[in-house]
Amino acid sequence: MTALTETNGATMVVERGNGSMPRYQIAIFLALLALSLAAPFFLYPVFLMKVMCFALFACALNLLLGFGGLLSFGHAAFFGSAAYVSAHAAKVWGLTPEVAIILGTLAAVVLGFVIGLLAIRRQGIYFAMVTLAFAQMVYFAALQAPFTGGEDGIQNVPRGDLFGAISMSSDLSLYFVVLVITFGGLLAIYRIIHSPFGQVLKAIRENEPRAISLGYRVNSYKLAVFILSAGFAGLAGATKAIVFQLASLTDVYWSMSGEVVLMVLLGGMGTVFGPLVGAAVIVTMQNYLASFGAWVTIIQGCIFVVSVMLFREGIVGVIAKLIRRPL
Amino acid sequence: MNDVILAAENLTKEFKGFVAVDGVNLRVRRGQIHALIGPNGAGKTTCFNLLTKFLSPTRGTITYGGKDITAMSSADIARLGLVRSFQISAVFPHLTALENVRIALQRRRGDSFDFWRSQKILSRFDEEALSLLAEVGLSEFANTSASELSYGRKRALEIATTLALNPEMLLLDEPMAGMAQADVERITALIQRISANRTILMVEHNLSVVATLSNTITVLARGKVLAEGDYATVSQDPRVVEAYIGAGHG
Ligand SMILES: Nc1ncnc2c1ncn2[C@@H]1O[C@H](COP(=O)(O)OP(=O)(O)OP(=O)(O)O)[C@@H](O)[C@H]1O
Ligand SMILES: [Mg+2]
Repeated sequence: MTALTETNGATMVVERGNGSMPRYQIAIFLALLALSLAAPFFLYPVFLMKVMCFALFACALNLLLGFGGLLSFGHAAFFGSAAYVSAHAAKVWGLTPEVAIILGTLAAVVLGFVIGLLAIRRQGIYFAMVTLAFAQMVYFAALQAPFTGGEDGIQNVPRGDLFGAISMSSDLSLYFVVLVITFGGLLAIYRIIHSPFGQVLKAIRENEPRAISLGYRVNSYKLAVFILSAGFAGLAGATKAIVFQLASLTDVYWSMSGEVVLMVLLGGMGTVFGPLVGAAVIVTMQNYLASFGAWVTIIQGCIFVVSVMLFREGIVGVIAKLIRRPL
Repeated sequence: MNDVILAAENLTKEFKGFVAVDGVNLRVRRGQIHALIGPNGAGKTTCFNLLTKFLSPTRGTITYGGKDITAMSSADIARLGLVRSFQISAVFPHLTALENVRIALQRRRGDSFDFWRSQKILSRFDEEALSLLAEVGLSEFANTSASELSYGRKRALEIATTLALNPEMLLLDEPMAGMAQADVERITALIQRISANRTILMVEHNLSVVATLSNTITVLARGKVLAEGDYATVSQDPRVVEAYIGAGHG
């Protein structure tokens, strides 16, 4: 059962049920999985892996923004530092890719704890500004630190052998590893949203004073979701570094933070599938419009403005409204 | 059962030079329904915000159950059993009525940091949530999202949510504002019923409700306590009459 509700002029599809994944959502997940299994035989695996990494990144931000109600404008810090750590671990320490990715993710979790602790004390736009400020500090650290390679970044990262046994040198074999990571991440985020914790999170997003008055120490929940979100953003960044064999300043730059916000808003924040769509659209656009050079940014900006003016709920949000089902 | 459960001493709140609450002394005795009345802008809601630490007092101390809670956080005060409602209906709009109540029942698990578990385990609270909804006349709206409810029903939902915590003491800020007469009667009866083993401090403009329910009334005007006593005493106090007429309240 579902319904549309109207508050402050914004519409949102409300979910009803006992918390198990509704059948049509299972169907969508399975369809996505089938598509992803077939896709690398028709499209460039590297392009698809890029889409998947950004989809996971966008879902991570959506966990914080769409379900925690917190707009971070500094998520590149987690994506980027995980990329650096994972690249360093694989290249300099010669670790296997899965260990490198795990280390990168852990680095993002630790950084998420530190930045989150300081940011959650602020509300709304101030929260966004604090996250941006810290992300800029991470950027300068990446620019100056000896192990990040400055302007060049860490290049030629070896993809290595998975578990020290399976060679990742072919794009196709790496593709399926990335597929497992991405779907694992998506399902984990889905579970978080639909857990007792997720339920409290939604309550805080909906009405923070009321949640406090019921005895919830809301800052602990905000910090927890911030760390989780940073962790998944890190997982995406660490994986990306292995895929492209590169960690660079672009990964920690503020425009990366902005891009992922754009993906979430375009796809539909607070929806399960929106960030996937947003990421796919943006990455595809960047790929096909690459020949336009600097114009890509301008086209992207225009799309953003149009989408915000025409459909605030994002692509998936609008579809959910039309079919009256949460997506 | 005449001991004081909640006491405020010299409670004061200044907003940039404007004194909204001015040296209020308040004693609420255990088991009573205590009403806080006064014209618009008297400082009633500000008092509630101070007592539950949604605002920090400029001066004064608050004791609850013999414990000094002046420095405690709002959430911890709620955990002690002193739970408030809000003047502006405070529901979780995009959650269903059932889920709204369940958020409060969920507090019994302690903290809910278990993000790895399915929320299916919360369905064990469904039955109790439904019976609380029935108490406030919202049975048929269990699966309606809170934002779709009428104003009066949102208020009723808020009361059901507050009751779900089974608090020792409730602070209700105009619980019946905006309700239809039939609902006012139902909620009056409900408050009467739940007051059996609880203490209630209530702000209410509907004086007939105040007369029916309360044992003690404190009248606040311009941030100060003007009068205190039972309904007969207070309603005859000329200063009270004047404060209401002076504020154009009637
Ligand atoms: N955050 C604030 N900053 C400045 N002034 C405030 C603030 N909150 C309340 N006030 C002022 O304090 C005074 C008391 O307000 P309060 O809301 O406590 O009144 P009230 O007795 O609850 O009135 P009502 O019956 O209308 O609800 C008002 O003059 C109000 O404008
Ligand atoms: Mg008030």
